[in-house]
Amino acid sequence: MRQPPGTLARYTTVARLNHWITAALLILLALSGMALFHPSLFFLTNLFGGGSYTRAIHPWFGTVLLLSFALLFIRFARHNLWERDDTRWIGSIRSVLANDEEHAPEVGRYNAGQKLVFWSMTLLILMLFASGIVVWDTYFFPYSTIGQKRFAQLVHSVAAVAIIGIWIVHVYAALWVRGSVQAMTRGVVSAGWSWRHHRKWLRETAHHRATGE
Amino acid sequence: MADFQSLDVLRRSASTETTPQIRAHPEVAKLIDVSRCIGCKACQAACMEWNDLRDDVGYFEGSYNNPGDLDPSTWTLMRFTEWEDPKGNLEWLIRKDGCMHCAEPGCLEACPSPGAIVQYANGIVDFISENCIGCGYCVKGCPFNIPRISQADHKAYKCTLCSDRVAVGMEPACVKACPTGAILFGTKSDMTAWAGERVEDLKSRGFDEAGLYDPAGVGGTHVMYVLHHADTPSIYAGLPDQPSISPVVQAWKGVMKPIAMAGLAFTAVVGFVHWMVAGPNEVQPEDEARGRDVLNEKQP
Repeated sequence: MRQPPGTLARYTTVARLNHWITAALLILLALSGMALFHPSLFFLTNLFGGGSYTRAIHPWFGTVLLLSFALLFIRFARHNLWERDDTRWIGSIRSVLANDEEHAPEVGRYNAGQKLVFWSMTLLILMLFASGIVVWDTYFFPYSTIGQKRFAQLVHSVAAVAIIGIWIVHVYAALWVRGSVQAMTRGVVSAGWSWRHHRKWLRETAHHRATGE
Repeated sequence: MADFQSLDVLRRSASTETTPQIRAHPEVAKLIDVSRCIGCKACQAACMEWNDLRDDVGYFEGSYNNPGDLDPSTWTLMRFTEWEDPKGNLEWLIRKDGCMHCAEPGCLEACPSPGAIVQYANGIVDFISENCIGCGYCVKGCPFNIPRISQADHKAYKCTLCSDRVAVGMEPACVKACPTGAILFGTKSDMTAWAGERVEDLKSRGFDEAGLYDPAGVGGTHVMYVLHHADTPSIYAGLPDQPSISPVVQAWKGVMKPIAMAGLAFTAVVGFVHWMVAGPNEVQPEDEARGRDVLNEKQP
């Protein structure tokens, strides 16, 4: 596939597929989990073939998500390491939220907000998987006490609510910063988008093109 | 569909509606007089027979407990404890374990499936299998460690207090089978009054700490024990001294639910307000021009 002129490749096809598989699983997990969390959302179990099927399939969604996210993690972790400029960027968050990024430090492949989303997701997914195993009674009932199961259940629900909150932030930011969604759908972003939001990354990419090609 | 016609429902799991009542049902109770129990296990056999349950044959574990624990096919179990009193006298404590039918049931509080657990107006707490999804939340909610999830059909099971027999005016199967009158069944007020006489009798025979086990922490129970050592229920094979629904379960099933829903709704509303105030962050034509300059190595 030829890349349109004036654009930059941001995500490979495999990375995009990896992202959307993870995204679909997160949504399925949220729907099936919310169904069992709040009685007024129990009707959501109908999406999965009833309560018993929802209970049975939810942990499998979680297992596949863990694997899928692990691949995303390997792909993106090194781009999400915290740098000194990230702390300065957070310091100018007010102007960033007001759509004025000129006064914030130039941003590399990811800004500090994206990095925070990345590490929160990583931490919460690990917490959710660990606590989820403890309450996956079908296979793991004998390996914990009832007291531990109660605690795991509370941790699981708190972490689940937190990750849904992070997900809302992630989706909103993608819609708010115009031109971001196509990075993950078509894999490319415009030069203008890169200049505006990820200037350091644009310079690096341009440099690589000039020297590498 | 479950047929509740003869047993009005007082509480229903994962449901907000309250059930209107036109009849006044007396509360029932099973009274287990530990001091009169001889450990014959007739109650266990009667329970299996009436409920048509056959457990797999297990292994001898060096205890009179048989089987070793409650399970999906064993809804009541004699638990044997050899206990020495402070003077060194051996007492053989035998307690018939099973669902206590709490007035404030932790299982029902924890259950996420509407109508999978109900409490009848007469006090019996019953699992309605057709609504059970096998999540095991009741196991976490119960302060007495009673419900068991079957690996055969992934549903929760426990003593029903023979709700099917009680509905038609019969006593539970274990009560009918007991040869010594250690298990009695009637209205809760009658059973409490009779327990009072038994406690007095036990006290007159040297059991100064005899008493009735009807723990207030779960609002009282519809299965009560007469204990000769009511000051220390835990010596009877771990009967909880002061049972109550775990604070962890209460946090998860109580404050957590509205806070979580409000928190998520708030997050979404903040996003919407931000959109209203700041609007979308659009790439401007000059961004595009300068970006292309960089790409074409015409660095500004």
